[in-house]
Amino acid sequence: MALAKIIVVTSGKGGVGKTTSSAAIGTGIALKGHKTVIIDFDVGLRNLDLIMGCERRVVYDFVNVINKEASLSQALIKDKRTKNLFILPASQTRDKEALTEEGVQAVLEELAKDFDYIICDSPAGIERGAQMALYFADVAIVVTNPEVSSVRDSDRILGILQSKSKRAEQGKEPIEEHLLLTRYHPKRVELGEMLSVSDVEDILAIPLLGVIPESEAVLKASNQGTPVILDTESEAGMAYMDAVDRMMGEERPLRFLEVEQKGFFKRLLGG
Amino acid sequence: MGIFDYFKSKSASTSSASVAKDRLQIIVAHERSKRQQPDYLPQMQQEIIDVIRKYVKVGNEDVQIQLDNSDDCSVLELNVTLPDQN
Repeated sequence: MALAKIIVVTSGKGGVGKTTSSAAIGTGIALKGHKTVIIDFDVGLRNLDLIMGCERRVVYDFVNVINKEASLSQALIKDKRTKNLFILPASQTRDKEALTEEGVQAVLEELAKDFDYIICDSPAGIERGAQMALYFADVAIVVTNPEVSSVRDSDRILGILQSKSKRAEQGKEPIEEHLLLTRYHPKRVELGEMLSVSDVEDILAIPLLGVIPESEAVLKASNQGTPVILDTESEAGMAYMDAVDRMMGEERPLRFLEVEQKGFFKRLLGG
Repeated sequence: MGIFDYFKSKSASTSSASVAKDRLQIIVAHERSKRQQPDYLPQMQQEIIDVIRKYVKVGNEDVQIQLDNSDDCSVLELNVTLPDQN
């Protein structure tokens, strides 16, 4: 499994933007020319297919491949918009035990022969699906909202990454951790109503990969089944592209963290 | 920095965001210290309490056990609050 880089997108808490981020970042990496697959680990609650706009093309799924009811090439869905990009949808089975460690490992090993990046879109919670999504990871993107329960759950997930992952169990170099702060609202931060980037950085103490501002473009993109990163006019789309650039080792200053200035008078008085 | 920032910073400590940060720092630190403790600690704590109880009447909350890990040594701290003699 040494060839492909395995990235888990995780958070603990639900609804913070894991699938949105998986779709955006996976698409962004593929746009850079790397062969990329995004795997939906949310067994029973499949949604990556909807966000990626390929829900009507799902025939076989991740669990079918694990159970050898279908081959990987039968289950993989090639993205229609982005070159180099594939999706492996989750199963809608209610059997929570469907994701076995051996099964997941076998699928990841086969994918690793052919892909440069494997993005594991974790389900919420800390149950089996979430544990399997992070177990084999080399890199973790911890998606966090500037809100108390999300930050606390992110810290809990960091603890699991550091103790229950394969790298931790085998005493290897730890999983590389990155913070992705989503649904950021600069105006509310300025008013003291929302935790700031530096507040969350202080508490979680992991390197910041990016800050995605709260944006209407995200809902619009999911309505249409288009990863928001393809909306290159939107702040959220640009912020995700910046995050992907940073992952690839490029320097990108943080953007969209300031409330837009009103003009000369405001500038004179502060900000 | 403008002149109004001075007034803004005055109210910063009472803003709901700073309350959130304070609360998070405390709970996260607490949960991290629990996370690092070995699995046997709760049972060992209970057994130590049982032994102490053979001699002195103490409640569960009167015995605190904490394991601190620094660079090259671990310190097991046992804190027993004995009841008043009278």
